[in-house]
Amino acid sequence: MIMNDKIYSGILKGTAILFVVLFSGFIGTLATNSWESLEIFGLGFLSGREWNPVTVQFGAWPFILGTLLTSFLALAISLPFSLATGILLGEYVKSPGLARFASVFVNLLASIPSVVFGLWGLAVVVPLVQRLQMVLGVPPYGVGIFSSSIVLAIMIMPFMASMTREVLKNVPESVRHGALALGMTKQEVVLGISLPYVRSGIAAGVLLALGRALGETMAVTMLIGNATRVPSSIFSLGNTLASVIASQFNEAESDVHRSAMMLLALVLLSLTFIINAAGRKIISSGAGRNHGRI
Amino acid sequence: MKKAITPSALAAVFLCLVLGAAGAQGAVSLLGSGASFPAPIYSKMFDVYARETGVKVNYQAIGSSGGLKNIMDRVVDFGGSDSFVKDADFSKYPGTIVHIPTVAGAVVVTYNLPGSPKLRLTGDVVAEIFLGNIVKWNDAKIASLNPQLKLPNLPIMPVYRSDGSGTTFNFTAYLNAVSAEWKSKVGSANSVSWPVGQGAAQNAGVAGVVARTPGSVGYVELAYANQNKLAVASIRNSSGNWIEPSLESTSAAAAGSMPKDTRILLVDTNASEGYPICALTWIIVYKEQNYGGRTREQAKAVVDLLWWITHEGQKYTNALDYAPLSDSAVKAAEAIIKGITYGGASLR
Repeated sequence: MIMNDKIYSGILKGTAILFVVLFSGFIGTLATNSWESLEIFGLGFLSGREWNPVTVQFGAWPFILGTLLTSFLALAISLPFSLATGILLGEYVKSPGLARFASVFVNLLASIPSVVFGLWGLAVVVPLVQRLQMVLGVPPYGVGIFSSSIVLAIMIMPFMASMTREVLKNVPESVRHGALALGMTKQEVVLGISLPYVRSGIAAGVLLALGRALGETMAVTMLIGNATRVPSSIFSLGNTLASVIASQFNEAESDVHRSAMMLLALVLLSLTFIINAAGRKIISSGAGRNHGRI
Repeated sequence: MKKAITPSALAAVFLCLVLGAAGAQGAVSLLGSGASFPAPIYSKMFDVYARETGVKVNYQAIGSSGGLKNIMDRVVDFGGSDSFVKDADFSKYPGTIVHIPTVAGAVVVTYNLPGSPKLRLTGDVVAEIFLGNIVKWNDAKIASLNPQLKLPNLPIMPVYRSDGSGTTFNFTAYLNAVSAEWKSKVGSANSVSWPVGQGAAQNAGVAGVVARTPGSVGYVELAYANQNKLAVASIRNSSGNWIEPSLESTSAAAAGSMPKDTRILLVDTNASEGYPICALTWIIVYKEQNYGGRTREQAKAVVDLLWWITHEGQKYTNALDYAPLSDSAVKAAEAIIKGITYGGASLR
């Protein structure tokens, strides 16, 4: 029996260590492979505006900007819809059958492969955006940062909606009933009591969604227009960190080109870490305030 | 720098192990990897070759860069590449490498204009379009080349390959050859920093964007354009003739003088009937085949395969929309193949 326990805890520890080793190896590989371009470009890599395999000049700024623009624009588009869906499912739809039915569809949205989203974007979103662009008088490319953001917004919507729905379940019924007993309307209860109560949970959902948006590769590569120029507006063509790696890695022109893309991967990883850490900080401080108030 | 282990190299090693095990059972099998442009014709050739000789050839279309890396790391019998190895890079290889041309291809300019008129363009005008200097279809420079057409007042939307590719390399190499401004501002490579336009993945992506965007112009491989019946522009070659891209005009482009090592950019050919945006694709092997414990049998199989590709294999090219090698290219290839040795002795 004791032997079994030892084996059992050994397996657990071993698995945990394996992940630590894997992760360190992962960072190590990226770091060693990107060393060459780090030596050449230094920190100027982050602010470099040119990405030119011919002159061997590589800077990440167009892609950092493209990544942040698409992700945050997607978040802004998605947030109202996701919250509304989450609130509807968590607060209003009380029949369990109906709620489950609707949830299945929200979750199905999360399981659509991103290449399918990309195709759908090309077939549906791009022509619509093209029409909008013709009305606005900007070059009607259709593809670009705006189209990518719309499709990303739909892709991340299930994460935020499910999270909102789930955390709303944690609002104690007694609090709700109390508020209703005091004469608050349903709307006042949801907006004034439930949502503030679960603020940190919703923030966690937003974070999860943002993580997905930052690293999304396939759909964005298909929709963003793949220009290595610095985007000047939300209708510009661009590239994200992930999409430029996906596009150019296979036929990298030189060792420096290859290593610059490894460096891009490192930048993407760091960006995700920073945003995650910042988000966690917001969540924990928000949670603290919640406990103080309610 | 320490050599990075790429996924493609790992895949090649894995394949080596698998195929090595299969090979141990008897018949020789060969492994190659590289350019995806000739992959369809290679599949056809290797299929016929296996049936005729029993020698199985496995080709992984992982891209030219990957093919060159694999032959450099000696994890494959041969590498395929759409661009030849530059002089400066020869020293990176552990042995002397040779280039054997296999087929020729062309890059065509395709466009989407109302009524699908037949367009004539010069290299210089194509360069100015992709530089963003010419932005409307009714620009005087295009109109003067096409006096019989009524061109619309439509913005031009250039479309390029977003993935690094030999097609982009050859297209930009042509623009390099004909436009000084292009050479100084953009240059030529598998992926370049495009001043204007939008990117799309692969031939199919570019053709797709062009098909659904009025006013767009892009470049794709001739084979792709032929199979999909795309509108393609005639280009004026250096002899001043308007040349329709076709298999004949592609082969004609390679009919001129051929350097002994066949490392030649066919763009802007001086052949009078040659289409100006053409390129060869190559198989790259080591001149001395006795390395890494290879048997003479294996080395002989490589040489026989190369001979077959450049001779009997050529008859399968046209059906798959590739241009066969010109006589001068075949002659040069013969000399190179005869120069391949095992332990210093020729294999042919």
